[in-house]
Amino acid sequence: MIREFLSKPSSRYSIQRLGFVMLTLIAVITVVPIIAIIVHIFMQGMAAISWEFLTSFPRDGMQAGGIFPAIVGTFFLTLGTAILSIPISIGAAIYLAEYAPDNRWTRAIRIAIINLAGIPSVVYGLFGLGLFVIFLNIGTSIFAGCLTLSIMTLPIFISTSEGALKSVPHSFRVVSISLGATRWQTIRRIVLPQALPGILTGVILGLERAVGETAPILFTAAAFFLPQLPNSPFDPTMALPYHLFVISTQVPGMPIDMQYGTALVLLTFIIGMNILATIIRSRARARRQW
Amino acid sequence: MDKIIIENLSLIYSDGAESLKNVSLNIPVNTITVLFGPAGGGKSTLLRVINRLNDLADVTQISGNVLLADNTLKFTNVLDPQLDVIALRRRVGMVFARPIVLPLSIHDNLTYGLEMAGENDKMRLNEAVERSLQQAALWDEVKDRLDDPAADLSGGQQQRLCLARSLAFEPEVILLDEPTSGLDPISTGKVESSLQELKKLYTIVLVPHSVQQAARTADFAAFFLQGEMIEYGPGETIFINPRDERTTSYIEGRFG
Amino acid sequence: MQESQNWSEFIITRLIKIAGYSAIVFVGAIFFFLLKEGLYALTEVQFSTFISDRWYPIEGYYGLLPLLEGSLIVTIGATLIAVPIGLGTAVFIAEVAPRWARDVLKPLVEVLGGIPSVVLGFLGILVFAPYLRVLFNLPTGLSAFTGSVLLAAMSLPTIVSIAEDALDTVPRSYRNASLALGATEWQTIWNVTVPAARSGIVTAVMLGIGRTIGETMTVMMVTGNAGVLFKGVKSFFNPVRTMTATIAAEMGEVATGSIHYHVLFFIGILLFMFSLAINITAYAVVNRKRKRSERILS
Repeated sequence: MIREFLSKPSSRYSIQRLGFVMLTLIAVITVVPIIAIIVHIFMQGMAAISWEFLTSFPRDGMQAGGIFPAIVGTFFLTLGTAILSIPISIGAAIYLAEYAPDNRWTRAIRIAIINLAGIPSVVYGLFGLGLFVIFLNIGTSIFAGCLTLSIMTLPIFISTSEGALKSVPHSFRVVSISLGATRWQTIRRIVLPQALPGILTGVILGLERAVGETAPILFTAAAFFLPQLPNSPFDPTMALPYHLFVISTQVPGMPIDMQYGTALVLLTFIIGMNILATIIRSRARARRQW
Repeated sequence: MDKIIIENLSLIYSDGAESLKNVSLNIPVNTITVLFGPAGGGKSTLLRVINRLNDLADVTQISGNVLLADNTLKFTNVLDPQLDVIALRRRVGMVFARPIVLPLSIHDNLTYGLEMAGENDKMRLNEAVERSLQQAALWDEVKDRLDDPAADLSGGQQQRLCLARSLAFEPEVILLDEPTSGLDPISTGKVESSLQELKKLYTIVLVPHSVQQAARTADFAAFFLQGEMIEYGPGETIFINPRDERTTSYIEGRFG
Repeated sequence: MQESQNWSEFIITRLIKIAGYSAIVFVGAIFFFLLKEGLYALTEVQFSTFISDRWYPIEGYYGLLPLLEGSLIVTIGATLIAVPIGLGTAVFIAEVAPRWARDVLKPLVEVLGGIPSVVLGFLGILVFAPYLRVLFNLPTGLSAFTGSVLLAAMSLPTIVSIAEDALDTVPRSYRNASLALGATEWQTIWNVTVPAARSGIVTAVMLGIGRTIGETMTVMMVTGNAGVLFKGVKSFFNPVRTMTATIAAEMGEVATGSIHYHVLFFIGILLFMFSLAINITAYAVVNRKRKRSERILS
């Protein structure tokens, strides 16, 4: 009797089929909105994209003209963040991957990094305002914004870089040491170059995040409107995400296509960086020598 | 004359496994000394002590002396904590069980050690490349593609490259840890005949991957069992007429 | 030659070590600074005010309850939406989807993760909220529900990618063993693979929740920002105000050193604490599970 029961697969398989259909539906629920969002923004925003839009200043209270200063501002903020954050992050990643002993202090560092990763972006903004803008008197400026953004991106850079370093086979290090190289020589000559694509991917993804964040720059760098480009890192600046926020919530009568156009430009940068990172990652995987 | 004198060497790893128990052994110069025995016997550990590669592992206790002679017959204790380990690793080269080529070109693999030591004279480097490739019997096969990635070579070629790499320094001692374990018989044969040539210039300590290889190559042989050296003697006597019955059992394949 | 090499190597190694410990310095600085400005509020305002239910700083009402509730409601709402969909998608990608589907889905989810919160908030205002307004006959479409849905969209990529990684890491041999015993693939997924990836999945959910609590721009743009208390399930479709939106909205207009300023920092401390708690818990869960499995395997 049991053998008869067990050899009747129909119920188990129909449950399976039903289950697979449900899972597929769920995945579709996830995917369709993503595509819809991108397509929608693209189609609504394309109308506004023009050379003038990308290269001129806003006029008529933002309702005409372009978003040039916002683009430039975002560029400077991203550049500054990269300059400040990357050296420290790679250094910290090298320390964790190659030098750090397995003790209490190293665990403390890791916990610190995990916490930095979890701090809400608005709290970073608050911290940046309190410390950099007010206490250190740097004022609302690109510099203050970059300082804030770089601490925020630190944990991302560190964990992806550490992952990239750790993925380099240990045997390379052993061989290098057996040939009389020092630890640092091994890192410089073998480990770092091999980990570079992974580190680069992580950097691009981290900067992608910095490009899109508004809260950290809300009080530390962003200005509503500036008639000219910033002259120095100590000037405030306009920035794409903040600009989008402003024109969609605080400018009555703002032309809708320009709003979508701004969103489209921002999205293009971000997706572009994503694609770049993916390309680097897959090319590196193909060329790997291990 | 003895190149390496090991006196009462004991070593314990951090997980409590006692890896070497009071080993004493003399390794004569310009010979092939073979350390053989079943797995876990401590042979690889002993090799790694000689070039201080065990510094990378978790060793809690190490005692005894490992004396390395230079060409003026002056001995240095390898285990001395003040010793310049980096200089030591240029006197003692190592070839590992799996061919581990660095992710560089063939040429750069060979010059790596020299460049790390500060050598940048291009002529001397190229000279070292040709010499070591000749000694490892690999020169003819790769002389036209020295700038190709080393990873493009076949397994046997890679392992001979690793052998050449250890020769680039013109070391005094070459340690080989199961160097032919992944190789086909032809490549294995090439490596073994290279060793016979090389022993004229260097002192070779070899952990073979089979008893047969041990018997083929050994001038001197030491049998290791669970961290202890059971017996030691010239190749002919050990394999034909061992003193200890455990050695006999292992050689005859009754365990291992 | 050796000499100078040793010297420069020494300096570099030192710098690397300093870089490593810098993370501790930064966290400490943030923590210290928040405390410095935020705890001050406790001296300026009676604690009972914080527990009151009116947030109206202009007139001196600093009741935090509406804000806490606002954050809680949107977080719970977002989690209820995001976790089933996220886990389902993760299981789909890891176990069911054919190769080509996986190669399309994974990048797409990554793209969603990259979409900035302003953009989603923007779409919320222009598209989603009006739609909801019509659909449910609401005064505006700005409500806790709107926020929850959009926040779910933001935390979805986190949940999907971490959970999918965890499922991927489950050894093939477990699956093969189960199938060899006559189980269907569906049974294998839910009885073997998913439980084996348990700790990774829990981490995924916790990090998703962490992301939701900390989200600022989206909620600020679509939840209506009215700091009133929750009164029954229907209030889910009323406006709310979260802690994060409060800070973002009011910080710009606040006088440095004023009571309001300090209270906003105090809210920041609360946010910091919540995210700390979630992250440490997630870390502890992962570590404990790993220690146990390491002992078993060795």
